Amino acid sequence: MNTVLNPTIAAITWRAMVGRRRALLLLALPAVLLLFAIVLRATGVSDAEVSEGVLGAFALGTLVPLLGLIIGTGVISPEIDDGSIVYVLAKPLSRPTIVLTKLIVATACIAVFAALPTLIAGLIMAGNEQGLAVAYGVGTLIGGIAYCAVFILLGVVTKHAAVAGLIYALIWETLIGGYVPGARTLSIQQWAVSLTSALAADGAVTANVRLGVSVTLLVVVTVAATVYAGQRLRSLTLTDQE
Amino acid sequence: MTAIEIDRVSRWFGNVVAVNDVSMSVGPGVTGLLGPNGAGKSTLIHMMAGFLATSAGTVTLDGVPVWHNEAVYRRIGLVPEREAMYDFLTGWQFTLANAKLHGLPDPGAAAQRALETVEMTAAKDRALGTYSKGMKQRVKMAAALVHEPAVLLLDEPFNGMDPRQRLQLMALIRRMGADGRTVLFSSHILEEVEQVASHIEVVVAGRHAASGDFRAIRRLMIDRPHVFLIRSSDDRQLAAALIADPSTASVELDGRERALRVHAVDFPRFVAQLPRLAGEHGLRLYEVAPSDESLESVFSYLVAS
Repeated sequence: MNTVLNPTIAAITWRAMVGRRRALLLLALPAVLLLFAIVLRATGVSDAEVSEGVLGAFALGTLVPLLGLIIGTGVISPEIDDGSIVYVLAKPLSRPTIVLTKLIVATACIAVFAALPTLIAGLIMAGNEQGLAVAYGVGTLIGGIAYCAVFILLGVVTKHAAVAGLIYALIWETLIGGYVPGARTLSIQQWAVSLTSALAADGAVTANVRLGVSVTLLVVVTVAATVYAGQRLRSLTLTDQE
Repeated sequence: MTAIEIDRVSRWFGNVVAVNDVSMSVGPGVTGLLGPNGAGKSTLIHMMAGFLATSAGTVTLDGVPVWHNEAVYRRIGLVPEREAMYDFLTGWQFTLANAKLHGLPDPGAAAQRALETVEMTAAKDRALGTYSKGMKQRVKMAAALVHEPAVLLLDEPFNGMDPRQRLQLMALIRRMGADGRTVLFSSHILEEVEQVASHIEVVVAGRHAASGDFRAIRRLMIDRPHVFLIRSSDDRQLAAALIADPSTASVELDGRERALRVHAVDFPRFVAQLPRLAGEHGLRLYEVAPSDESLESVFSYLVAS
């Protein structure tokens, strides 16, 4: 059964993601973004420049890495931690299909909780002036998918996926990426910025990494992480007490 | 006829050996995997279920390796020890999902049949999170049975169940074995195993200690030397009487405990002789306590023999 998506796994994963308290967590950040946008609009200070600043720093810089982390690890880590994944794994299913299904559900979550709110926040603040709202919407979606692919892999290879993911997002991308320009070449966030910059009007968004490099790395990282996670899932070991 | 062959299997974690050169063949009928906690039972079951690689040796199902072979799950049903399921699903949704994941042609009918088998149809519309331990165990069983597997592996299925649930599950497991399935379950309680299993494999400290039907295993356990601590009205006189009887190998006057430590080699004769000898010599027995009755010592005796 080598299909792209297993509907049963997708349905259970989706329910696990949006059914419980985690949904509130997922809603909190985009709610803050939208509220912020509404306040800026209402007070009349929002224009294209302000919108770019908010979307760049908050949507792409904070919302997407954090949601990517919560969603990417959330679609697979809890099942591995509590052992319930055994009911999925003890089936004649291709392991890559399982990982791909998880990634597709994660993508849907990113679209709903990150990309869509970003687009709407952009539209509220400055319409689609300079193409910013749409560009950031697409940038957050594509960047979010890459984050999820990496964090799903982390969820499969380590029990400390959330911590490892936080270290990557906070220490590497934000801290080191902030001081060491070279580190930005290996930053999902910067690749997404570069993609956003290409989609927005010329000069509206400043990119630190060239578009060709960014797109290539986004694709390579997403595909490689997903393929490798599928392989690692084949060897997932359930013994934890001995 | 379906058989799991475990051939010279070892498994170590770092420098801890969990399973040490075990070979066994598990065929149709109910097999009990008996051993104290930490003996390597779960490790063995995980290797049989394809969820753990062996460090050495092979595990095969009718000649086909189970590790890295997802196709074996068409023929294996696994009931894991851990409780975690998808608590937000109802029993019905969970069982149906398992049937769908197997790609069965009629998952609804299969789920219904499995829930009927474990007698869980009445509570099937309640969320798993609200189930008692015994109900969870039965739904786990239903999930493992949806595809009518030839092999059923159960890791400590009786843990934490109340006596009634235990009896129900025992009857169910017996029925599975009578149907011709290859059923293996692990337990650390001899009474549990001998009530259900026609064949018993004993593992202790990662090693395969004994194999046979429950009568053979029970005899091994009863016939081992027993140590008793005895207090009486005259320990020295009782000691003299006991050592004269062939049922004992040694008698020690334990000054600190102020008691006799008696090493009995013929258990049935010893328990018959002790009160008789005491009566003959006009002695009163204040205390007779087995001093090594823990399961650990029973098992370690089996390994040593």
